[in-house]
Amino acid sequence: MGFSPGISRCPALKRVIKAELSPRINAGASTKEAHAKQGRNFGELGSMKRYRAILLVLFVLFAIAAMSAQDWIRTGTGLGVEKVRLAVPDFKLVTTDTGTQNLSAIFNVTLWNDLQTAGIFDMVSKSFYPLAVPGAPQEVHLNDWSSPPPNASMLAFGNLGIQGGSLNVQGWLYDTKNPQSPQVLGKQYREPATDANARLIAHRFADEIILRLGGGIAGVAETKLYFVSNRSGSKEIWQMDYDGAGQKQLTHQGSIALSPHVSPDGTRVAYSGVTKEGWQILMYSLELGRPVSFQHFGGDNYSPAWSSDGQTIAFSSSRTGNTEIYSVSSTGGSARRLTESKGPDVSPTWNPKTNAQIAWVAGRTGLPQIYTMASDGTNVVRVTDQGYAVSPSWSPNGQFLAFAWIRHYGPGAPGASDIYVMDVASKQWAQLTHEEGRNDFPSWSPDGRHIVFQSSRTGRVQIYSMLADGSEVRQLTTAGENTQPNWSFK
Amino acid sequence: MKVKEENLKLTRNQWIRIIVALAVVLAVGACGKKKVASAPPPPPPPAPAPTASLTANPNTIQAGQASTLTWRTDYATDVTIDQLGKVDPSGSRAVTPAESTTYHLVAKNDSGTQEATARITVVSSPPPPPPQTSSGTDEQLFSENMKDVFYDYDSYDISAQYQQVLQADARFLQQHPNMKFTIEGHCDERGSTEYNLALGDNRANAAKQILAQLGISSDRMRTISYGKEKPFCTESNESCWQQNRRAHFVYQK
Repeated sequence: MGFSPGISRCPALKRVIKAELSPRINAGASTKEAHAKQGRNFGELGSMKRYRAILLVLFVLFAIAAMSAQDWIRTGTGLGVEKVRLAVPDFKLVTTDTGTQNLSAIFNVTLWNDLQTAGIFDMVSKSFYPLAVPGAPQEVHLNDWSSPPPNASMLAFGNLGIQGGSLNVQGWLYDTKNPQSPQVLGKQYREPATDANARLIAHRFADEIILRLGGGIAGVAETKLYFVSNRSGSKEIWQMDYDGAGQKQLTHQGSIALSPHVSPDGTRVAYSGVTKEGWQILMYSLELGRPVSFQHFGGDNYSPAWSSDGQTIAFSSSRTGNTEIYSVSSTGGSARRLTESKGPDVSPTWNPKTNAQIAWVAGRTGLPQIYTMASDGTNVVRVTDQGYAVSPSWSPNGQFLAFAWIRHYGPGAPGASDIYVMDVASKQWAQLTHEEGRNDFPSWSPDGRHIVFQSSRTGRVQIYSMLADGSEVRQLTTAGENTQPNWSFK
Repeated sequence: MKVKEENLKLTRNQWIRIIVALAVVLAVGACGKKKVASAPPPPPPPAPAPTASLTANPNTIQAGQASTLTWRTDYATDVTIDQLGKVDPSGSRAVTPAESTTYHLVAKNDSGTQEATARITVVSSPPPPPPQTSSGTDEQLFSENMKDVFYDYDSYDISAQYQQVLQADARFLQQHPNMKFTIEGHCDERGSTEYNLALGDNRANAAKQILAQLGISSDRMRTISYGKEKPFCTESNESCWQQNRRAHFVYQK
């Protein structure tokens, strides 16, 4: 049921993928081959145009036939498999005062959004629901839910009330096709009655459901995003919930703060800031609610990245007069140089599955390209073969790199900076955003199903999240300019 | 520590020696005068006309530096240098003129007069060390003279044109050895924040490297990249982008 990694089950969709991707996929091609291909393409512009027109028609036809989200790449996380039809009626009110009504509205919206955003459910529209909404197991008539019109295979329901200043929530998940023992999940929550707690309880219940129905991969409803915002007047590090709620300023540098990266245990945020000694890697303690000291180095130092075991931080430093990638223990100590080449080296990201590899951006051949190397600096492999490729983020399962790419770059060339995902082993890639403004700084969610990124599609740069197949794009910020989002490890 | 102390002692000894030497010179000079004064008058043979020479070494100095005037006269009874007054018939003296000066020596005796001149050229005008000049002036001077370096897109190479600019900058810096400064690397708004930070660092360091090759001490130079965080110009066109792709020199107070 539900989860079968790496296989798209929809044949129509597969054809769409094939039609859409075949001219773009550059399957494991070496740089030389790619250049050769490009050379040929330039000679065949006319036929290419016709070819593209035919493809476009085919694509539109198939897209209409499929009427579904674009599943362009098999992310191995249950995206693209047949989705579970899930019904989630509003929770029944136990108390009916306005306080309860306010909190229940927040709770219901949050729970619905969490489940819809998860990317693994086909949410049954509320207009199909029976009139009598259950608040407890004895009120459930499974037949009403398992048969059309709702035709739901899963039902999440419960009740909610405020007693003595506490918000009490009971929630259940029922398998409508299993009348003998329908209960998959039964949960009870009690927290002080605040808006934030109504959201928190909804997130927790949603994550329980996602864990059960999403192939054992924990949900991300309780995760945080760290980002840069200039809304206070200078660029500072901010924090928000994964859905954009609860935005909060962390640093008060008063200069420039960039590139926040939260530690795997969620206790510290490493970032780069301008100090009297130039750019330094700085630390903010989320436990203490203030900056804490971290080792300073010579030259400019920026773009820190945590290994997923929390032991090591990779970063870029100009101490030798040339920017290179270094790694240092997360408790400080002497830094070890990993790269040695002319040109900028910046933006490292660890393979979080193994911590044995680092991807980064290097300008050694001119425009920046993405490379990978072993975490001791050996085994350098160039990953992108053209254009302007920056801001890599390695997926939690170690299989993919998300990055920003201006694929056709040069004077007069079309193309904006878009988000791409590449299979590291095969070098097959898929484009996730499509020339809506400049898109940059993708960061994977811990479940590997989502990507958060920045985009200028509405004018000013804001932060958006989407599923890792490019669908379900949601804007998370609106105030000021917001950039460089980083998704917490848990 | 020991070595240092010995060095100090040595210097003290050297001072003592210098003072003793000066005292001897003065004493001899005084004796000479006396001799001249008490020269027996009796037969007044007609003394030959005096001869005189005056040289300055070096004859070109920077403001605040010293040059040594050396003069020699024969048969003169009265020797004066305009700027120094009455002097010994032969001698030398260190002088530190604030501006270019022609020293004029006049040697006289009963038979005649002989003149000699030496010119010391002072190459830059600002008077000796900095303390009395306010940092504001230095800062102004710095920003008036230090020209920025501009770069091509996605490049930190310094073109021939800006190599020349850096040579002029280096000449200015050599004339103002006390000035310290920061080289800021900047980029245009295109491209990614982090990559531009690294590119800006490479730009600043490329300029620093050339200045170092031209003899400017690394101790005087700091570098920082601002990537595309502090643009000089905020429009989205090439002329504005060109303004932002630069190494900018900032006086360090």
